[in-house]
Amino acid sequence: MARMKLDNYVVPAAPRLGFRGWLRWIWRQVTSMRVALILLLLLALASIPGSVLPQWPQNAANTREFMSRHEFWGPLLDRLGFLDVFGSAWFTAIYVLLFASLVGCIAPRAVHHWRELRRPVAATPRSLKRYDGAGPEATDVPVDDAVEAARTALRPRAGILGAITGYRVRVDRRDDGSVALAAETGHVRELGNLVFHASLVLLLLAVAYGTLFTYRGQAIVVEGRSFTNAVLAYDTYSSGKLFNPANLDPFTLRLDSLDAEFSDTGRPLHFQANVTFTDPGAEPVQTDISVNHPLDADGANVYLQGNGYAPVITVKDAAGEVAFSGPVVFLAKDAVYTSTGVIKVPDVSTGEQMGFKATLYPSFAEGPFAVGSVSPNPDNPVIEMLAYTGDLGLDAGVPQNVYTLDETHLSPVQDADGQPVTLRLALGEAVELPDGLGSVSFDALPRYGAFDLRSDPSLPWLLTAAILTLAGLATSLFASRRKVWIVARAEGGTTVVTGAAHAPAHDAGVGGVLERAMAAAVGRDVVEDAGEREEE
Amino acid sequence: MNVTDLSVMALGGATVLYAIAMFAYAIRLARVADEKVAAKAARVVDRDAVAVGAGAPVAAPAAPLAAEVTVASSTPKRSAKAAGIARSTTLMGALLHGVGLLARGIDAGHVPWSNMYEYTISGSFFAVVAFLVIQRRKDIAFLGAGVTGMATIALGLALTVLYKDVDTLPPALQSYWLLIHVSIATIVTGILTVSFIATVLQLMRDSRARGTRWTGDRARFLEAVPTAAKLEALSFRMNAVGFVLWTFTVMAGAIWAEHAWGRYWGWDPKEVWSFVIWVLYAAYLHARTTQGWAGRRSAWLAIAGYVALIMNFTVVNLFFQGLHTYAGS
Ligand code: HEM
Repeated sequence: MARMKLDNYVVPAAPRLGFRGWLRWIWRQVTSMRVALILLLLLALASIPGSVLPQWPQNAANTREFMSRHEFWGPLLDRLGFLDVFGSAWFTAIYVLLFASLVGCIAPRAVHHWRELRRPVAATPRSLKRYDGAGPEATDVPVDDAVEAARTALRPRAGILGAITGYRVRVDRRDDGSVALAAETGHVRELGNLVFHASLVLLLLAVAYGTLFTYRGQAIVVEGRSFTNAVLAYDTYSSGKLFNPANLDPFTLRLDSLDAEFSDTGRPLHFQANVTFTDPGAEPVQTDISVNHPLDADGANVYLQGNGYAPVITVKDAAGEVAFSGPVVFLAKDAVYTSTGVIKVPDVSTGEQMGFKATLYPSFAEGPFAVGSVSPNPDNPVIEMLAYTGDLGLDAGVPQNVYTLDETHLSPVQDADGQPVTLRLALGEAVELPDGLGSVSFDALPRYGAFDLRSDPSLPWLLTAAILTLAGLATSLFASRRKVWIVARAEGGTTVVTGAAHAPAHDAGVGGVLERAMAAAVGRDVVEDAGEREEE
Repeated sequence: MNVTDLSVMALGGATVLYAIAMFAYAIRLARVADEKVAAKAARVVDRDAVAVGAGAPVAAPAAPLAAEVTVASSTPKRSAKAAGIARSTTLMGALLHGVGLLARGIDAGHVPWSNMYEYTISGSFFAVVAFLVIQRRKDIAFLGAGVTGMATIALGLALTVLYKDVDTLPPALQSYWLLIHVSIATIVTGILTVSFIATVLQLMRDSRARGTRWTGDRARFLEAVPTAAKLEALSFRMNAVGFVLWTFTVMAGAIWAEHAWGRYWGWDPKEVWSFVIWVLYAAYLHARTTQGWAGRRSAWLAIAGYVALIMNFTVVNLFFQGLHTYAGS
């Protein structure tokens, strides 16, 4: 230990670490197995709230409701990141530390493993008594032949492949006249372990790359209409920080028809969008998209995520002019596709703006107490709606949700008794609004498909990393780490062979290997089960 | 009798057979324990006898061998009879169980693992099969009571509480990935169940050996169970297989999610728990090689992983909202 002088006394130096010393100490801690273990446990623990509490990225609507229901806990949990666990600072900190630890762990081990690989196999121990042994067996095979036979049994293949898959061997002629064979395997296991851990890093990098360069958008397309791949055409659009929207391929997708099949009990059986896909400057291609079968559109995938009805509604104003006409996207509320939608009619030639809140029953039926749809199929489509007049509030410049009606400046249309009027229309029907306000008709009932477009250039990398991870893991867990020794010695006219093996406790197969090597050495048949480790 | 009835009756029969097997295995354990204790006692008596008779303790080392030989070759062990009954009822139970599963699959027109009832009947089947397969290679009869006991409970719950009539597959499940992803997940559940039982026995046996818990006469069956170290080695091998298959399950799930939902990972509750399970078993594997964590502590981590696995297909299916919710229906 370094000593320093303090006054006239000589005292041992206090173990002062200094800045670099501290850094080194911290790094050693971070890369220790114990810390890795604790970080793994923290990672598991930290994930759990993400499945218990509503999360912004997964379900914003539920999360908003949670926030309003829990006035104290909601905002507090939100501030602390519990409502977006997997994007929170603490979750990020845990996995960043874990991966730092991982890199700090595997880099030196890779170097170490490389050196190990090139170091010769350790010589056979003088005494094999400490290990599970076999023999001694006597044979008339000469000493050298016996060892050679055992060597070939343990390493059947020569060359590089043999070195990777088989045992590394070493033969020593010892002073006492015996010949000792030392064979060991375990480097494949170690290699697998390194590949596994390195692939985890690759996996994380691929995810990060994907996050930066991905884009996704949702669009609803009604049967007979088309969609063009451009930011403005999407209902919602988001992209990674480094994705340039100018790179969007301007293809168009036309929804020719949407098939929706249901069982007699109303369970969905099959959804399929029949589409025409057109790349600029190329021939249109007819194809289909269904659940589990996305369309590959120039590197982006197009998924069919939902479907529903978009009734074609025509509204005429008081002057008898068509003020609105077209399909309106209704959102299904239940398994029988009872759907709701809103019709906004701002462009009236005379009078006030009009709005409608409507419910569609695809298979309308009227019971004694209630009305409803009995099937998701359009067997008897009926729309019920409430009409409103007034100001739709569209001029305020605030973007509005197309599925809700802002009723602040609207009043319901009433009958003579002052009750709100419920209009009921079957397909093909038209009804007059009271007070000569105009008329509404329900002209057709096309379906729509809700499409999700996504491009993620990291997918091939992810798959590669995943396969490497799995291969590395399997190798590292199933490849064995064994040492086998065979010692042959001439005694009188015969050769006496002893053997021993060493492997972790869970390795049941090592006895069989030793038995095969022994059998080869003494030139006899292998005794099955001879090497099975007994359970009790 | 139609296919539906055939399936339910076969599964009911399997439940009864497993229950019988469980008792037989338990009796076998108790008898093996008795025999071992008796053998130990005999050894001590023998040694005393030799010591007294010959008057020379030099002969003592040879005595235990002789005593063991006598016990081993004496009249057929009482435990062997129980073991025979246990093995054959388990085998017949598994056969009926397989018939019940097959009939369910034919009845539904798709693989029998698309809702909780079906997961339960197939998961318990794979647990028994895993047990039988390992049993062929080495004697793990001491796990029999646990495995058949858990299979009895699982099948009983499935038939009474979870039962669902067959139904068509929703579009999201119409994919060959259902075959790959869910079957492997269910097989993993089976394997890890057997391993879980070994781990529980390991902890109990370890406690008994240390004299901390399970020391009483009622836990005497633990004498018939291998040492904690051997149980650890056994459950490690099953956990290793289970972990690799679980890694595959999660990856296959991600590929399927990419096909079906347009994202490979979305932290949906089912995905969160699959991740937690994976991380817990990874922690277990690290703990095995960490000083101070090998043995009991790592065993507890394996148990935590198994509990998370069971949570994932009970609590998560039933109470958490997510894209995987069809699983509960
Ligand atoms: C993202 C974090 C990590 C994960 C998911 C992970 C996962 C795994 C898994 C599944 C195994 C079992 C394979 C085997 O036993 O060969 C393993 C083994 C191992 N890991 Fe990690 N690991 C992580 C981080 C680390 C870190 C930070 C270290 C270094 C401190 C480390 C060191 C080791 C070692 C030495 C083994 C081999 C144990 C043995 O010989 O059985 N790991 N890891």
